[in-house]
Amino acid sequence: MSETIEEKLKNYKTAPFDARFPNQNQTRNCYQNYLDFYRCTKALTAKGVDPLPCDWYRRVYKSLCPMSWVQKWDEQQEEGIFAGNV
Amino acid sequence: MANHLQFNFQDATSPLMQELVKFHDHSLTILFFISALILYILMMTSLSKLTNKNILDSQEIEMVWTVIPAFILIMLALPSIQILYLMDEIASPDITIKTVGHQWYWTYEFSDLSKESEIESYMLPTADLQNGDFRLLEVDNRISVPMDSKIRMLITSEDVLHAWTLPSMGIKVDAVPGRLNQVTFSSSLPGLFFGQCSEICGANHSFMPIAMEVIPLKTFESWIIKL
Repeated sequence: MSETIEEKLKNYKTAPFDARFPNQNQTRNCYQNYLDFYRCTKALTAKGVDPLPCDWYRRVYKSLCPMSWVQKWDEQQEEGIFAGNV
Repeated sequence: MANHLQFNFQDATSPLMQELVKFHDHSLTILFFISALILYILMMTSLSKLTNKNILDSQEIEMVWTVIPAFILIMLALPSIQILYLMDEIASPDITIKTVGHQWYWTYEFSDLSKESEIESYMLPTADLQNGDFRLLEVDNRISVPMDSKIRMLITSEDVLHAWTLPSMGIKVDAVPGRLNQVTFSSSLPGLFFGQCSEICGANHSFMPIAMEVIPLKTFESWIIKL
């Protein structure tokens, strides 16, 4: 609990157990972390703060989400047709 | 892998499968005892020369044949519930691997490290097999996992329903497009384990096997760096 975000990122092994998603279906876990990364980056950049803490969400969604899903969502974001609220 | 005409389970690779095999042995023993008892009673009552048309009830025998089955049911329920809860154990995994089903091959993605890696695993055609290879089970690129590590496997599909199966670990998980199904397992034994797609998915459903190598951690580290 007293680990800094830098230490947490340095010691990152894989996405840890998330109590919000305790069951077999982890789809939302992947999608939520993807959304959280972009929302976090947008919010911290708007405040003029280093977006390093957002890297946690990036590591987690990279671990959980299939690469094809991430690619598709990234393309949708570039085209402005991504359905999520980021 | 299963041998010809194999009735029983494959040797258990994961601790969970070991528990399942033990429970199956326990349940089957009880079943055989009950079946033998019923056959004996059937034989004795049908061959008996004693007849008494006036028996209405008997408190003692009814007590016996209620209490004993209740006891047997408890003997079945207790290990069953124990294994059920053991399967749901919450543990933070050591590594996450994504398995994606396609028509008609599997891809495995490793994304925990800064470099993302992917392997495509196609069945080896029978004509390309070497001596000693297993027909319809060998693949060109096997997936490797480290021994004694908690592995989280996230399974999905790019097209139709598939199912990722490893009988020696007691794993069978549906690969559903648009959904990520999680299974956590670990193996205490190094070795090579096979499975086959378990959800009908088209013409080559029988020809997209799973081959997994469980290797020591150091060997796994040198393998994954080369991907």
